[in-house]
Order: sequence, then C-alpha cells, then structure tokens
Amino acid sequence: MSGNADDFEAAIKPSAADTVASFSERKGFLAKLQHALHVNPALVPLFVLLVSIILFALLLGSRFLSPFALTLILQQVQIVGIVAAAQSLVILTAGIDLSVGAVAVLSSVIMGQFTFRYGIPVEIAVVIGLTFGTLIGMFNGWLVAVMKLPPFIVTLGMWQIVLAANFLYSANETIRAQDIEENAPLLQFLGTTFKVGAGADGRGGATFTYGVIAMVLIFAFFAYALKHTAWGRHIYAVGDDPEAAQLSGVNVRFTLISVYAVTGFICAIAGWALIGRIGSVSPTSGQLLNIESITAVVIGGISLFGGRGSIMGPLFGALIVGVFTLGLRLAGADAQWTFLLIGALIIGAVAVDQWIRKVSA
Amino acid sequence: MKKLLIGTALAAITSAGSAMADGHAVSACLITKTDTNPFFVKMREGAEAAAAEAGITLRSFAGQVDGDHETQVAAIETCILDGASGILLTASDTSSIVGAVTQAREAGLLVIALDTPLDPIDAADATFATDNFLAGELIGQWAAATLGDDAANAKIAMLDLAVSQPTVGVLRDQGFLQGFGIDLGDPNKWGDETDPRIIGNDVTAGNEEGGRTAMENLLAVDPEINVVYTINEPAAAGAYEALRSIGREDDVLIVSVDGGCPGVQNIADGVIGATSQQYPLRMAALGIEAIAAYAADGTLPENTPGKDFFDTGVALVTDQPADGVESISVAEGTELCWG
Repeated sequence: MSGNADDFEAAIKPSAADTVASFSERKGFLAKLQHALHVNPALVPLFVLLVSIILFALLLGSRFLSPFALTLILQQVQIVGIVAAAQSLVILTAGIDLSVGAVAVLSSVIMGQFTFRYGIPVEIAVVIGLTFGTLIGMFNGWLVAVMKLPPFIVTLGMWQIVLAANFLYSANETIRAQDIEENAPLLQFLGTTFKVGAGADGRGGATFTYGVIAMVLIFAFFAYALKHTAWGRHIYAVGDDPEAAQLSGVNVRFTLISVYAVTGFICAIAGWALIGRIGSVSPTSGQLLNIESITAVVIGGISLFGGRGSIMGPLFGALIVGVFTLGLRLAGADAQWTFLLIGALIIGAVAVDQWIRKVSA
Repeated sequence: MKKLLIGTALAAITSAGSAMADGHAVSACLITKTDTNPFFVKMREGAEAAAAEAGITLRSFAGQVDGDHETQVAAIETCILDGASGILLTASDTSSIVGAVTQAREAGLLVIALDTPLDPIDAADATFATDNFLAGELIGQWAAATLGDDAANAKIAMLDLAVSQPTVGVLRDQGFLQGFGIDLGDPNKWGDETDPRIIGNDVTAGNEEGGRTAMENLLAVDPEINVVYTINEPAAAGAYEALRSIGREDDVLIVSVDGGCPGVQNIADGVIGATSQQYPLRMAALGIEAIAAYAADGTLPENTPGKDFFDTGVALVTDQPADGVESISVAEGTELCWG
C-alpha cells in the first residue's frame, strides 16, 4: 500500500507523452510546398520550365538539347521577355498595361522615321524614341494615379490611340534592313550577335544577341530594385493595399506614375530590340505583344490582383512559351497545339496562384 | 406611327438620292480590308485616278484591321443607301460577306471582287485578281531552273501565311510546288505533300517578325535548307535576317510574291532571288472602268478565257533570268511596283 501512497502523482500525470501545448504539424508535404511557394512564387514556373526542357530533350534528343537550339529560344523570346518585365511592374501595382506592344512599335517607327525622314542623327533619334515611350507611359500613369481612371480602360484607349498614330504616321511603310545597315546601323545595335563554341564554319554553337543580354540585365536590375530599394518595396505596398500604403507614408501617386513611365521606357527599348531582331522598321510588327507579355507574367506566377510575385517568374514564363513553341515545332506538331497548351498553362498558373493565396487566409 | 414616318422619310430621301445619282453623276465605292497596307493604298490611288478620269464620284471605305468584317458590311449598306452604281470590294471574310453582297446586287449595284475572290467566287458579278497559282508557279519554275540538276536534292522551306490556310496562301504555295516539280497531293491545302525535299511548313503572318521566327524554326529542323519559298516580301526579308544571323544568306535561294517597291529593291540587293509581281493599281483602274461601262449601258465585265475571274496579270521580276522562264528586270519591276 505504501508504494501506492508514494505514487500519488500518477493520478495527475496522464499516461500519454509529456508534452506542452504546440502547433500541430501542418498536414505534411503539401502544406510545406504551399508555404514554400508562398515565400518564393517563382519556383512553379522554374519547375515547369525545367520539366518542359527535360521532356523535349528526351523526345527530340540533340536537335533540341543543343546550344544552338537553346539559345535560339532566348533570341525568340527576347522582345516578349523585355516587355514582360515592364508588364510585371504594372501588374504588381494591381494594374495592367494593354498599350505595351503599340508603344514598342511606335517607338521603333519614331527611331526609324526620325533618322530617315528628317535626317536627324541616329543617336538622337534613338533617344527621342526612348523619350517618347517614357512620356506615353507617364501619361498613362498620370491618368491612373491622378485622374483615378481604371488602368484597363486607360491603356485600352492608349493602345488604340498609339496604334492608329503608328499607322497614320508611318503610312505603314517599312524601312528596309539594307538601308538601315548602310545609313543607321545603331538602330540594329541590339541585334548584334556573338557566338560561343561555334564550329569552324561559323555554324552551330550558342548564339547570343545584345537584345538577349539586355533582357537578362533588365530582369536582373528589377530583381534587385524590387527587393532592395524603397521604390521597389513601395510598388509591392501600393499593389497590395494602396490606402494602407498611403497611410504609412508611401507616395502612391509618384510610385504609380513612375511605374508606368518606366514601363513605357522599357517598351521603347523593346521596340529598339525589335529593329535589331527583324532588321527592318516594320509598323505591322508586335501586334500581339500585350497579350503575349500578360501571358508570360501570368504563367510566371505574378498575381493579377497585385502586390505578390517575383520578377524572375515572367522571365521563366516567357521561356516556357518559347520552349513549347520551338519544341512542338521540332516535333512536327501543328502550331495550334502550342496555343492550346499555353492556354492550359495560363489557367493552371492562376489556379496555383489561388491555392497559394489560401496560405495567408 | 412615328417609326413609320421616319421609315417613309428615309425611303423618300434614299430614292431622291439615287434619282439624283442617276440624273447627274455616277458614283462608285471602294471597300478595302484596311487603309494602312500599301497594297490597298495603291489600289485606292488607282481607283481615284481612274474615277477622276471617267467623271465618277468615288467613296472609299476600309476596315480598321485585316479581318474587320462588320465595318465592310456597314460600308456596303452605306453604298446601297447612297445609290452607287457599283462596288469594288476586297473582302476580309470571303464567305460571310456574301449576304451583304447579294443585297447590293439585288439593289442593282455591280459588285466586283478585287484581289480576293469571294466564296463562292460567283457571289460577285466579277472578280479582278492576280492569278496567285500562276504567281507561285513562276517562282517555282525559276527556282528549279536556277538550281538546275541540284533541284533534285533541294532542301525546301515553305514559309506560309497562316494556319487557317486562306486561299491566297494555298494558291501561291501549291503553285510554287507545281512549278518546282513537286507532287501536290490535295491542291486545296498545303502541308500534305510527301516529297522529302520539303523540310517543313511554318507560318509567318506575312510580316518580318513572323518570317524570321518561322525561318529559325525550320533551320532548327534542318540547317542545310537551300531554297526558301515565302508568302510575301516582308516575310522574305525576315527569313533573310534569320539566315544572315547564321552566316548562310549567300547560299540560299529565296523566292517570294507581291512586287512591292521594297521587295523589288531587295531583289536588286540580292536578298530575294525572284518575286512574282502583282498589279493592284491596274486592278482598281479596270474595276472603275467596268463600273462606268455598267452605269452607261449595263455591260457586265467578262472573265479571262479559261479562268473563272479576270486576270489582271503577273510578272516574274529578277536580275538573273532563267532559261525557259519569262521575266522582267528589276528596272522594269521598279517602274511598276507599288507601296
């Protein structure tokens, strides 16, 4: 009996494990994944990109997995990529810019026509083209930030205005690549190529253009600016909740106007790169750039509701589209299959975005 | 009641309008796909010049973009209301427009399809157009003759217009293959040929950007391509850029169709080997003359013998004439070029 008397503590001590209150382990792998994606949203497009490269490599072998083919994809997505970087900034502020393609094309037309029609030195014509893009963007930003008009409507209107101005001004006349090469090679500067590891006959090997380098630099710059500068953090803040941002001292007007202005500037650079890519100044180019850039941004995991997403995502998004386009082409599939799969990717990307959002709910 | 009144008033105005048109001057309408494409700009210039000469009032309409069907229907309705004698039409949507065209013909207007045949072709009173199959055939024959014996081992890239395979793109493509000596399979579509000399087909949307990307894609399939067919000269210029970026621009033969001024200049510069030139100015001028004749005494235009349309002609432009293929020089082509 005495033993029992000593054992009085047994009555208050449960037989179960001796634990204090703790968070229950959250539903294992899926939850951890959801959390990881919430912290780093560019992981999904990166994963899809790698899987699609591996898939096409297995399917097509060295035809696809050659330095030549892989760098060709970079060249093919450079314009969309540059525009997508600009589009990302706007979408991070919970806006959208439908006028990106038109601004890019009219900027390129201005660079060309100012040089050839008015005889202005090409360096100055390029600067005028870049300034024009910036001003259009700034005007968009003013309408959004100060006049409080919805970005969709503002840029829908601006898209039509700029496109019509483009056709009226250029009379849809192309400036030929040979004339540009002879008189104003600076216009084709971003199309300059250099090769790494080409064969003795100058064929094959990895081929890069300055335009591709420009695209990578633009993404790198914004990756830094968005993470490590006040301006970058303000973009996220404005996109997440403009009123809260205003109350905590963010200059919302300035942030919005500067974002649209930078977007216009980047679009003008894309227009310059476009001349490099196609050699000539063609007013009919780039008609689908707005849709293609939004596609890249959405596949890249940037939320259309603003305030969330990583700038590297759209780069991966643009590359995914490029990989699918070239891969399916090499596999001999009908071009429509590309669009069908891209459509599926868009819906998939938004579904994943919604799922990730629940982690914060 | 109010509606009825307005209707009556409208009818009165309309009949007064057409009565005035009959009494004083003949008027005609030109409806093009867009007013930005140099091809249509030239077409309008041709029509305006011919109309001024014949003393006809010309009204021009155009869709905002290629494929803008509604604007063209509205334009036809305006022309009927306006009491025009005839309409020159390049249709964006060749089958859907037939309803509006029938309405115009029933109202007594002469409808001539320019450049683009309607579907069916006899929905219009007449069609004035380039023989696109012949245009393709000429560049096919020229390419085969230029290559000589090497034609048997050619590696051909086909840079077409669009996946929807519009008639004009199919005719040029199949004409080229026929001229080159390749079995067509079904002549109503491209891409079903089995000849191993064809490396592949890709689409360009008929512009530089599309031409470059399509050429790159086909070069990735086979870097040894040495003959390139292109739907038009902007696509050809894009293909040339792709070839230049890998240093192959000098050993590939590029052929095209259109005959625009930049394209003809590109032949002089060695970018394009040969192109088939078409004549939008002549198309429009002949169309206006036909409307003038119809307004005067009801004469209907006749087709070119052996064809179901009036052939406005096509000529091969090149600086390297090939045996057995008739061609004109770049200098002559420059005089006749448009845009």
